[in-house]
Amino acid sequence: MRGHEPGSLFLKNVRYFDPSEGVSGFGNVLIRQGRVESLGDIRPSGAIPELDGDGGLLCPGFVDLHAHFREPGYEYKETIETGSKAAVAGGFTTVCVMANTDPVNDNSEVTRAIRERALDVGLARVYPIGAVTRGLGGEQLTEMGRLSEAGCIAFSDDGKPVSTSRILRRALEYSRLFDRPVIDHCEDPELSGRGVMNEGSVSADLGLAGIPNASEEVCVARDLSVLEISGGRLHVAHLSTAGGIRMVREAKRRNLSVTAETCPHYFSLTDEAVRCHGTHAKMNPPLRREMDRLAVIEGLKDGTIDVIATDHAPHAPHEKEQEFDRAPFGIIGLETAFPLSLALVREGHLTLAELIYRLSFRPAALFNLPHGSLVPGGLADFVLLDLSEEWEAGRSGYYSKSRNSPFTGMRLTGRVLRTIVDGRVVFSGEGETRG
Amino acid sequence: MINRLISQGTHAFGPHLLSVSDLSREVLTGILDTAESFLEIGHQSVKKVPVLRGKTLVNLFYESSTRTRSSFEIAAKRLSADVINISTSQSSVTKGESLIDTVQTIEALGADGVVIRHPSSGAPAFVSTRVGCHVINGGDGCHQHPTQALLDLFTIRKKKGRIEGLTIAIIGDILHSRVARSNITTLSRMGARVRLVAPPTLLPRGIEDWPAEIFHRLEEGIEGCDVVMALRLQLERAAGGFIPSVAEYARLYGLNAALIERRAPGALVMHPGPVNRGVEISGGEEFTASSAILSQVEFGVSVRMAVLYLLMGGGSEEVVAGGMTPDKGGKE
Repeated sequence: MRGHEPGSLFLKNVRYFDPSEGVSGFGNVLIRQGRVESLGDIRPSGAIPELDGDGGLLCPGFVDLHAHFREPGYEYKETIETGSKAAVAGGFTTVCVMANTDPVNDNSEVTRAIRERALDVGLARVYPIGAVTRGLGGEQLTEMGRLSEAGCIAFSDDGKPVSTSRILRRALEYSRLFDRPVIDHCEDPELSGRGVMNEGSVSADLGLAGIPNASEEVCVARDLSVLEISGGRLHVAHLSTAGGIRMVREAKRRNLSVTAETCPHYFSLTDEAVRCHGTHAKMNPPLRREMDRLAVIEGLKDGTIDVIATDHAPHAPHEKEQEFDRAPFGIIGLETAFPLSLALVREGHLTLAELIYRLSFRPAALFNLPHGSLVPGGLADFVLLDLSEEWEAGRSGYYSKSRNSPFTGMRLTGRVLRTIVDGRVVFSGEGETRG
Repeated sequence: MINRLISQGTHAFGPHLLSVSDLSREVLTGILDTAESFLEIGHQSVKKVPVLRGKTLVNLFYESSTRTRSSFEIAAKRLSADVINISTSQSSVTKGESLIDTVQTIEALGADGVVIRHPSSGAPAFVSTRVGCHVINGGDGCHQHPTQALLDLFTIRKKKGRIEGLTIAIIGDILHSRVARSNITTLSRMGARVRLVAPPTLLPRGIEDWPAEIFHRLEEGIEGCDVVMALRLQLERAAGGFIPSVAEYARLYGLNAALIERRAPGALVMHPGPVNRGVEISGGEEFTASSAILSQVEFGVSVRMAVLYLLMGGGSEEVVAGGMTPDKGGKE
């Protein structure tokens, strides 16, 4: 493709599909300088390189509002480079990365360093999320103005909840200045105690300390009450409980500006998975009971849960290969999110349009990002999908530097064929080296 | 009996003993019967049989323990195995070595079996997936303590003549108790009716499916019971907010002779030890002496001999051929 204008591509023989704009059809897509010029029954124009989509489904690239790329500070778990590779392999063209790095992303230097590194890597678009409080210490607000100017698109102390209702109130109020959401990891640390998995019959059996549903619910209730007096935009991270979902649903009915995400593991697995997958099924919030899993699906169906995010949380093998209560919380998710989510379509819970919307346009809109659509004049970030191909998760490794997934070895249906960012092919299926 | 047990296949018991949940009623009975034959050895002047000669057992204890560790050590020595004790204070664990690295090192040194006691629930099972030697759970976190449950079964059968049909109350900190978790399974599998007696703060959530009846008040819980088993209360539970004070716990859940006489006359009183005197059990020496507590310790050795023998005692064909049963074993 040398010698051509960068970011230009003639994609032919694709079924293009953008539920947010109601666009669908079969044909070709002309991309010039990273933007869609035209689509439909169009002809190639001279010197632009061509790519045959073989009838695959071309959708807006996926947007992940919740991932941990671990750089700076924990490069042995993941780097911006390996995280970006995992992202595009999973069809994610945009990833928002959490602030719990070392140093914490609580100042503009770190924000700029992350953005520059991501630009050098040149795969997915990486947007930093700034910390709510300095050093995630829960006491003093970060300089949200400078962080916003440097490129932070939201604020979160993820890994822990916003420490107190007073800090949360000020954060929500102050963030209104910049129209940025505050993302909360909803958990009452007092109720979680030393819990390491969901509290219920499985934890009782295994003799592991439990994290009750109330731990999430108490914090969701606090956040919603605070939101009523603060204004601002609250985004609830990784909802996992029936009670939390019920409260968000009710708050939305009252037109509170709350949005919510869940992750594929919360609608794919229950706490029973801890029995066979051990620490690879350990994350926070924990996998819950079947009734919660069904409530998560119901929340996605009726829109209470706006988006599917991954909470991609890489950890090195020596950290996960430990006693259950000593291993860190978290699993990787970027490379399996799409097929796991597609199961919701196959099982009749969501339409394909609803699923693609919750993976692309909707998350982009929540964080004011100019992504998630496939229209003339729009940015050329796409994913080309095969909805029926079966494959085994992790069989040829992962692009992520870590491999802490409970889905390894599972047969999944639905595969990412190509990922395009800014009109450039950044992932083209097999043949690349995986970690 | 051993022959039958072994001939059912080692998959019925072994290669590891991690939890009692996989042990069928037949296997449990087989282990008790094997222990019975080993009990006689403890009464001989030379308390040794050569069935584990040349084998090495490592006691790897990440928590302090006197009776379980000594019991395994004595059991292994009576079977003529070599025994090495490693406890965390004197090992490379204090230098930050991971559990897996430690166990793999022990295996590389030639251990045939390792008994692990560990504060993390699931640690022995996790280890068993990474090593080739036999792994025996010597108590893991709040999860399982299989040999304690086996010796409790043995004690009850010895003292009461049967297990089937008995009503057995387990009293105390069920939430944190590996002894309770193992005992509930084995006792109910052998046909006993199990009651759990504890304040709501010391009961786990999610136990509706457990084969046990729940009581909160001691007098009601032990009413008419054949066996009353008190659990050890970790004295720091008060600081953790599970109980207001040890004194109040002792008042509401402590056993004494008069109470037993009134509510469960003739009941066998058991305790896994060590007893906090005046907390779980109060009263004079005589009451403790009339209990089964010391028998539990004595029988623990025979039960652990049975476990070690069945797991590590060589080829099953040899046993099936009748060439080597413990009571026929030679004396050294």
